[in-house]
Amino acid sequence: MKIPLSWLQEFVAIPAKINAVQISQAFIKVGFEVEGIEEQGADLKGPIVVGKVLSIEELSGHKKPIRFVCLDVGKKKTRYVICGARNFKVNDLVVVALPGAVLPGDFKISARETYGKVSDGMICSAKEIGISDEHAGIIVLQEGKVGQDAKALLDVSDVIFDIAVNPDRGYAMSVRGLARELAGSLQVKYVDPADPKVAKKFGKNKNPKAVSVKIEDKTGADQIYIRTLDHVNVKKNTPLWMQRRIEKCGMRSISLAVDITNYVMLELGQPLHAFDAQYIMGGLRVVRAGKFTKLTTLDKIDRKLDPDNLLIADSKTPLALAGTMGGLASEVTNETTKIALEAAHFDPLSIARNSRSHNLSSEASRRIERNTDPALAEIASARATQLLIDLADAKYVGTSQAGLPIKNRKVKISQSKISKYLGFPYTTKQVKNALVLIGCKVTGSTDLLTVEIPTWRPDLINFADFAEEIARLNGYDLIPATLPIGKDGARLNDMQYRKRAVATALANQGFTEVINYPFVSQEMVNLLGFTGDRAKSFKIANPMSEEFPLLRTHLLPGLLTTAVRNIGRGSKNLAIFEIGSIFRNTTALGKAVNPGVTNRPSEKVIKDIYEGVPKQMLFVGAVVTGETVLSDWQGLGNKFTWSDAIAKAQEIIESTGNDYEVISSDLAPWHPGRCAELRVNGKPVAHAGELHPRVITALNLPERSCAFAVILSELPAAGVSKAPAIWNFPPVVQDVALVVDAKVSAADLTTALKVGAGELLESIVLFDRYDQMADSKVSLAFTLTFRAADRTLTSDEVARYRDQAIAQAAKSVGAVLRGNA
Amino acid sequence: MSLDQNKIAEDLAQALRAIESASDLDALKQVKIDYVGDKSALAKANQALATVDQSLRAQFGKLVGAARADVNQAFELRSSQLTALRDTQMLLTEKVDVTLPGRRTLKGGLHPLTILTNEINDLFIGLGYKVAEGPELEAEWLNFDALNIPADHPARTMQDTFFVEPLEAKLVLRTHTSPVQIRTMLNEKPPIYVICPGKTYRADELDATHTPVFHQVEGLVIDENITMGDLKGTLDFFAKSIFGDAVKTRLRPSFFPFTEPSAEVDVFFNGRWIEWGGCGMVNHKVLDACGVDTKKYSGFAFGMGLERTLMVKHGITDMHDIVEGDVRFSQSFGVGKK
Repeated sequence: MKIPLSWLQEFVAIPAKINAVQISQAFIKVGFEVEGIEEQGADLKGPIVVGKVLSIEELSGHKKPIRFVCLDVGKKKTRYVICGARNFKVNDLVVVALPGAVLPGDFKISARETYGKVSDGMICSAKEIGISDEHAGIIVLQEGKVGQDAKALLDVSDVIFDIAVNPDRGYAMSVRGLARELAGSLQVKYVDPADPKVAKKFGKNKNPKAVSVKIEDKTGADQIYIRTLDHVNVKKNTPLWMQRRIEKCGMRSISLAVDITNYVMLELGQPLHAFDAQYIMGGLRVVRAGKFTKLTTLDKIDRKLDPDNLLIADSKTPLALAGTMGGLASEVTNETTKIALEAAHFDPLSIARNSRSHNLSSEASRRIERNTDPALAEIASARATQLLIDLADAKYVGTSQAGLPIKNRKVKISQSKISKYLGFPYTTKQVKNALVLIGCKVTGSTDLLTVEIPTWRPDLINFADFAEEIARLNGYDLIPATLPIGKDGARLNDMQYRKRAVATALANQGFTEVINYPFVSQEMVNLLGFTGDRAKSFKIANPMSEEFPLLRTHLLPGLLTTAVRNIGRGSKNLAIFEIGSIFRNTTALGKAVNPGVTNRPSEKVIKDIYEGVPKQMLFVGAVVTGETVLSDWQGLGNKFTWSDAIAKAQEIIESTGNDYEVISSDLAPWHPGRCAELRVNGKPVAHAGELHPRVITALNLPERSCAFAVILSELPAAGVSKAPAIWNFPPVVQDVALVVDAKVSAADLTTALKVGAGELLESIVLFDRYDQMADSKVSLAFTLTFRAADRTLTSDEVARYRDQAIAQAAKSVGAVLRGNA
Repeated sequence: MSLDQNKIAEDLAQALRAIESASDLDALKQVKIDYVGDKSALAKANQALATVDQSLRAQFGKLVGAARADVNQAFELRSSQLTALRDTQMLLTEKVDVTLPGRRTLKGGLHPLTILTNEINDLFIGLGYKVAEGPELEAEWLNFDALNIPADHPARTMQDTFFVEPLEAKLVLRTHTSPVQIRTMLNEKPPIYVICPGKTYRADELDATHTPVFHQVEGLVIDENITMGDLKGTLDFFAKSIFGDAVKTRLRPSFFPFTEPSAEVDVFFNGRWIEWGGCGMVNHKVLDACGVDTKKYSGFAFGMGLERTLMVKHGITDMHDIVEGDVRFSQSFGVGKK
């Protein structure tokens, strides 16, 4: 909230020599963030006085109507100024900047010729003298003397702090609360503005003319005061000092009665509402809406009530959305003479719900949601009553009250426990001092202290709450820094190692990591042709954009979008990858369990909670287009192809210590003839190859763009690997070219050769493939390398193995030795 | 048959002259054929030894052998001279412009968020923490209730949190990595030292400083005698490791439902205080909900935004650069510490 220094000074003995920045630091130290410091009037200099309008000459023939105004600014002298505003008349009091004055923005005022006249000063708007944004017209004063210093009259010079109040500190949304915090931080004298003596002047009475009150819904409020006043002169002006304070707090002055309720709310923190008593049938009641379905609020909005809404109603109709906003029907107007002033301690949650269900956050609801001081209803309404009597000539009629007596809570706290918790040995003096500063009464001198908690601090319950107060008022800086060391044997787990290894390997191989939003459009799902599990997406109930309501079931939608963005920005050769979770709505989700929070749920319930959360697999995916070895002055580079994509996916699987099987696949969005499915233990774990030409065209990607995706979380953890025997006898190499039907896969042929060649085969490499043969045949040429552990192999022996390999290939896939074909 | 002593001397002299006058390796090759090889005069003389009289054979043998050895020696010498000469010339003519760019492969790189996460994980592993992770689509109870954020808390409205259909399933995109802390406390017994990095979600529009999908790292320690001083020391160590030894930290009182006392941690970096994250002593309500014995154990927790950390550390001014996946951005970071 915004709060002026001048108001704080009324209750805090702020040392004269400290400046605005130091005051702001004092707030920050005790946990109040200062979001802004405005030094009003700091850039306002020279003569700015109250002037009286003596005559107005309307000047025509200009783009807009202009007034030439004769003013009395004192010292028995008249002055003429030009003015473009029209919201004033003869005899009005206005604010005049005289030549020599400097207004905010270094605007120097001097006598000057304009519109064919000499203007000897300027009549000011509120914005021009920097006290508000009001610029529709000039300031017309309701009080003041001709020639008087207007800066003093308007109390311009002030420092306004904009302070963020945390939700657990409702009491601090007031001058009362913030003054207490500031005094505590500066360790200076504080006077509580909430004066119980005022309340005594307006005690409960049974005047039948006073509006009565009942709390019918005990969960909604535990304290309410209705004070009735008659003969209220609501037409009187709000005194300037009150107007200015309200404005400095960022609110607007509205009318005297409303201003008084707002002023008291700002000062004490207790929201008040004034009803026009003539519209109250019977007495007031605190009730749930129940059967009441409609209420028109002060902002002239017809609201449909939720049965759970907390209301102030009379015997017939709802009159206000309790603690949130009054109703239009009982609004205080210019005709009002009798007022029922309501102040209550409402249940914070009920008011939060009121506010939430109508999307209506008011100054009142913001305070009540954070909890108000239950003792304030009585005092604040008495304070407002006194102001209505003093300023609006009101006559006090009587007071009705409902609710429970207010008790101060007492707890015992252990100083040593708190010191141990915070890590600093606080002295009893430090502990007591901190608690007294926040309004507690502390007794006892042993380790165990008895603390009487003030009514405005319902948040102080257990020792940790007190620890916070003691720590913050003595300064968090007092606590020494110590570094605890955890357990031995900390390390990344296997999946975390895997994730890091795969990412680092890809990055070192020319792939750039991206991190995409997992939000996907239905259009993209359709374009990519996702079916089966990948079509089962979760829908976000409140997406950022209606266009992207789905959670990704695969990494490709995001990767393709990012590829398109990069290509659009001029990337020609692109290899991007992402590692991330995907979301598939493939298992029936049980009804959510909510076991409460008072103690640990049972193991069964914990299991149910975990099982209510869908499994989210971890993928690595990539999109590649163009060259990965770049063309340069030495010649053309290497284009990344379907085969490279498959190899990358294979390398990733190999790096996890798993073996795989390669199968031709037609999974979308890959090219149906150029996609490999890789299986580990019979389970598909990866797809790789060229993208479908249709997808490439639709996304305007370069031809032959490729992609792969591997499910990292579905690859089994490999056991400890056994070191291979490294044999030193020379290898013997045999080349063999075989002809097979084009339908036979290289993998099948390789497997057959491996099986036939036997145990001494060290490696097999495909070094040539020729597909320009008759009868849909292809020729595949392999280098077989053999090595034995214990001897140098003879060429005869190796030739035998080679023949066995060929025989097996012939048997398994119908291979024929090339030349014999 | 007999050999002529003079002719041998003459052949030797001739061979030596030819070797000496060979001007390059090609010429020397011909010289070898003519004067050193099997068809040279001295080779023939050597073959003729067999026909020499028994009495003179040893004498001539010595003579021819010595001559041939001289020729071979001279040849080897010349050959090595000419080879050295050729190499020198070749090295001169083969000189290249080494400033010409070499064959390059496509440049790669990790996203700086990954680099930062790796760095933080390693740092805390060094302090004896485990890295704990959990699902991004999470049960409401774990994301909110167990963290003392009750049903009516403003954070639980659709303005702040992404909910997933069907709503009865009570699943949200986690708004912080704190549910991982809850899972850890439910699954393991203290002492607990974990660091929880991960992706988090809040319904904020993307702008220069906000993004609906962001990353956090949280830390949780539950052990005997854990104090707020331990929290301060840990954050201090963390900040210095990330921002450098010159950085200062301060705790400012604040409020979070899951900690009490709570604080904001600020770092003094590049001449100004910057809000870095939130922290505090774990609220007993949270420990109770997880069944941690509060008579025996206490704990602290902290959480930072990784995007924010990255922006402060590297002077990144626009969030768009972090989220858009422009490869030029990530590539500038390589794979981490250089």
